[in-house]
Amino acid sequence: MTTSAVVLFLAVFGASAVEMVEALTIVVASGTARGWRSALEGAGVAVAVLAAIVGAVGVPLIHLVPLSALRVAVGSILLVLGLNWLRKAILRSSGHIAIHDEDLIYQKTVASLTDPDTGRQRVARDSVGFAVAFKGVFLEGTEVVLIVLSLGSSDHKMLLASLAAGAALLIVTIIGVVVSRQLSEVPENAMKMTVGIMLSSFGIFWAGEGAKIRWPWSDAFILVLIALFGCVTFLAIELMRRRFPAPIAPLVPETVQ
Amino acid sequence: MSVLAKWVRAFGAFWWDFLVGDTPELFVGMIVVVGSAFLVHSDRALAVALVPALAVLVLVASTIRGRRRV
Repeated sequence: MTTSAVVLFLAVFGASAVEMVEALTIVVASGTARGWRSALEGAGVAVAVLAAIVGAVGVPLIHLVPLSALRVAVGSILLVLGLNWLRKAILRSSGHIAIHDEDLIYQKTVASLTDPDTGRQRVARDSVGFAVAFKGVFLEGTEVVLIVLSLGSSDHKMLLASLAAGAALLIVTIIGVVVSRQLSEVPENAMKMTVGIMLSSFGIFWAGEGAKIRWPWSDAFILVLIALFGCVTFLAIELMRRRFPAPIAPLVPETVQ
Repeated sequence: MSVLAKWVRAFGAFWWDFLVGDTPELFVGMIVVVGSAFLVHSDRALAVALVPALAVLVLVASTIRGRRRV
């Protein structure tokens, strides 16, 4: 397995895991409030639709679009996505925006789905529970699909990218069953920061390849870019903490692990 | 509005929100980074140093801008 294949697998796995934790919060809340059957059906249908999109768009993408054009487009998308994740992770770690609180999201979702007339939670199959779970998984999964399509198509490793996303789905589901409501224990910001570093590195690498830049050491240069963005992220957090003191305290202090 | 027009509009809105959203500086920065890659690709040493450096600059500038908006 080449360096880029290993990093690609880790990047897709990490990105998928982060998004799936967010989706899982909504599914668990929907299942608790409206019944598990509807929530699991909604989540299952959303996963099937997303998988169909990967198959329907991904395969023609590889065969019809010239590789250099594909790499420029993919690199540009990954760069915007990666830098955005990294920016948010730095602002969260330096206390400038609040940490993503899965417990709070869970509580709000359960409260909004609980029957206001009876005050009791519904257990039968219902369309609201299905729709909420479907929407949560579909919306969070859209970014996963874009990442799978981008990274998979740019290096003709669609199967590997899909397997990484599938592995993340499996592991997050197991964690969801085991920890249930303790989703806030997942170090989401640190994961998002790591994935942001990887996506930004891939973005520059593929956009550069598409523009005919000959990177030193070929695929291994991705590791140099990852190291560069890792150092910059650490320094940026320190800069933000020292030069621009946070106006609000973060809910859970997090730093680069 | 026809169903097709609604779908097209929703598709456009999704990509606008995804690529630009509330961080237009990242989108502009991406265009600058990719554009510079095309401009300097023939000078290998310059390209290898400049393209990642520009991306780092975009990240730091956007992060500082994000702090100001809080």
